[in-house]
Amino acid sequence: MSIEIKDLDKIKESGFKSLNPDSLRITVGMASCGLATGAQKVFDALVEAVKGSGLDARVVRVGCIGYCEKEPLVEVTGPELPRICYPDMTPERAGELVKSLAVGNYREDMALFRASKDNAAEPPGEVKDIVAFDELPYFKRQKRYVLDNAGVIDPENIEEYIARGGYSSIGKIFKEKISPEDVIETIKKSGLRGRGGAGFPTYRKWESARRAGGYPKYVICNADEGDPGAFMDRNILESDPHSVIEGMIIGGYAIGAGQGIVYIRHEYPLAVKRLGLALKQAREKGLLGRDIMGSGFDFDIGMSRGGGAFVCGESSALIASIEGKVGEPRPKFVHMAESGLWECPTVLNNVKTWASVTNIIRKGAESFSQIGTDKSKGTMIFALVGKIKNTGLVEVPMGIKLRDLIYEIGGGIQGDKKFKAVQTGGPSGGCVPEKLLDLPVDYEALTEAGSMMGSGGMIVMDEETCMVNIAKYFLNFTMEESCGKCTPCREGIKQMYEILDRITKGEGRPEDIETLETLGHIIKETSLCQLGGSAPNPVLTTLRYFKDEYMAHINEKKCPAGVCTALIEYSIDADNCTGCGLCLKNCPVNAISGEKKQTHTIDPAMCIKCGICRSVCPFEAVILK
Amino acid sequence: MALIEKVDGIVEMYGSNPGGLIAILQDIQDEYRYLDREAIIRVAHDLKLPVSQVYSVANFYNAFSLAPTGKHIVSVCLGTACYVKGAGLILDRLEREMEIKIGETTGDRLFTLQGVRCLGCCSIAPVITIDGEIYGEIKQERISKILESYK
Repeated sequence: MSIEIKDLDKIKESGFKSLNPDSLRITVGMASCGLATGAQKVFDALVEAVKGSGLDARVVRVGCIGYCEKEPLVEVTGPELPRICYPDMTPERAGELVKSLAVGNYREDMALFRASKDNAAEPPGEVKDIVAFDELPYFKRQKRYVLDNAGVIDPENIEEYIARGGYSSIGKIFKEKISPEDVIETIKKSGLRGRGGAGFPTYRKWESARRAGGYPKYVICNADEGDPGAFMDRNILESDPHSVIEGMIIGGYAIGAGQGIVYIRHEYPLAVKRLGLALKQAREKGLLGRDIMGSGFDFDIGMSRGGGAFVCGESSALIASIEGKVGEPRPKFVHMAESGLWECPTVLNNVKTWASVTNIIRKGAESFSQIGTDKSKGTMIFALVGKIKNTGLVEVPMGIKLRDLIYEIGGGIQGDKKFKAVQTGGPSGGCVPEKLLDLPVDYEALTEAGSMMGSGGMIVMDEETCMVNIAKYFLNFTMEESCGKCTPCREGIKQMYEILDRITKGEGRPEDIETLETLGHIIKETSLCQLGGSAPNPVLTTLRYFKDEYMAHINEKKCPAGVCTALIEYSIDADNCTGCGLCLKNCPVNAISGEKKQTHTIDPAMCIKCGICRSVCPFEAVILK
Repeated sequence: MALIEKVDGIVEMYGSNPGGLIAILQDIQDEYRYLDREAIIRVAHDLKLPVSQVYSVANFYNAFSLAPTGKHIVSVCLGTACYVKGAGLILDRLEREMEIKIGETTGDRLFTLQGVRCLGCCSIAPVITIDGEIYGEIKQERISKILESYK
């Protein structure tokens, strides 16, 4: 049944009851990351335990709040109770928790944090001592703007989205008859820039497409998150899919489009499923389709599954792919806003951008523009991963220092090893060294450091990461993903890769450094699209900040980080070896010999340098040279 | 159902949707787990497109496999987070155990080994999946046993 603006309030009420029931509400974080750590088993165990306990509770699936390190996460809330979050859940712990809850024990000892709800009341005495959400170092510096709903609402229940203010943005536009021009003006005032990488002001794309003649027009959501090490778009679609749909409706209204398309990565089956369900629910409620909320505005959204090609993150390649063609980019002298999909005016934005749009219209331009720096407004979502203690998705105000992100929120380096670099911007970005850790995170500062904002991957590397090897890794990626249309990218990246490969094998030559730099600059300047245009960045930044490591590989034939197998050798330290035989047992090529309780030795001729002996040795007797 | 009828049915589902080629190939891939030569020729026939055009699309995207795959698909995540945590060594070990290279299928058609770019489970890196089942914080020494359980 199609709803009108006034009906939103009724749905809001029922959604609110679902979020704040008279009984207990037990939620399990069930986005892909949670499921990978066993959330489904925890969910099943909770359902089973609740059944047997006589506890008046409903077990609900939600998305992910982004604290991956502590997953699976379970939250409990009730009429008089804040949200209490319990980390590292297992089916056993879940059963134990339910038993305790049944006798009114909220298990402070197991809890991670408590968070107040929409109808915030003072927490009752028994949970007061649990640390508050915004006091926890991981969340303290975060600013939850786009991720506000993630991990709180059931992503498969549209009513819970509406209860948290969902679809009130389009409700407001239609009720107050806000003109498309004024919508664009609000986006302009907010200072929103594209969250997909380049940071182009969103309103400018919209303005051009609004002015462009021709019909139909299209809005497209780029959900082909191809950057290895970034998963925030997936998380938004799995945790709060309606926020993206609502943003696209606003965009469609603003430019005068009747059709939206989400181009979504095929490796994300759960995101595809949840978005599909959300689209269906929105259609059933008349929030998509003809005459939305009686406004006279027609708009619908379809899904196009990507074929798995990194280059399709490039706008013109993405459009070719939607058209069923090979995903090759085209020269950019024709703007998408005038001639995009099927040669019609098209606006293409990233998942995070669309979700930001929804929030900006709902909360006002200022709610966004007051966050961030002079030129980079609002919040940015990062996937904080690699050799860091607190892995997860974090939403922070633009302008935060890298140091605060890594040490305060991220908790520092795993095993308290030495920080070496942080890689931002994925294969198009670069490695930022320790001396630049006080850099504020914004589009310009990162670009100046030779890296880029990109889609938000942030990979932390420690002293055991080889910078030459990591540059080679990224180049291998872009080499494989180059579509092959233009020569600098197709041939140039391959040449750079081969040089790096030689260096990591100890066959580097002194002139290689200069060749890499020259090639890198030529590829950047002459490639057709930004895949090639940015592919040399990982090499150029590591050359800029870690030249010593390159020189050690080339001149001394050494890999200081101990990664490049051709340049390292394993041996056993007789002083520490107890002859326990663990390394011998695990060596896959029988390169280790020795009698029980006698010092063992490694035959370098047979050793394949897999490092397994070193990782299994309990006495740190295996040395790496 | 014979391949030809199946392909015709899938093409029909997408009707004359001009952007439907990739979706059609995805559905065929889901059904047979690879794109057979006959299937590609039939799609071209049904859509009145040159075979070369259908083949180039099938060949371009990572989602498509042009050779039959094994009974079990072993995927190694080669995303950056997994890579810095040693995914390369995990891959080496898998290649040695299975006696194939990445992208290949074992002689007995039991396993296909492939690389994937980030499954988004970075907190439990390095990660491998077998038929979608996720194995996190994987260590080389666990691999033999895991593979054995699929034999």
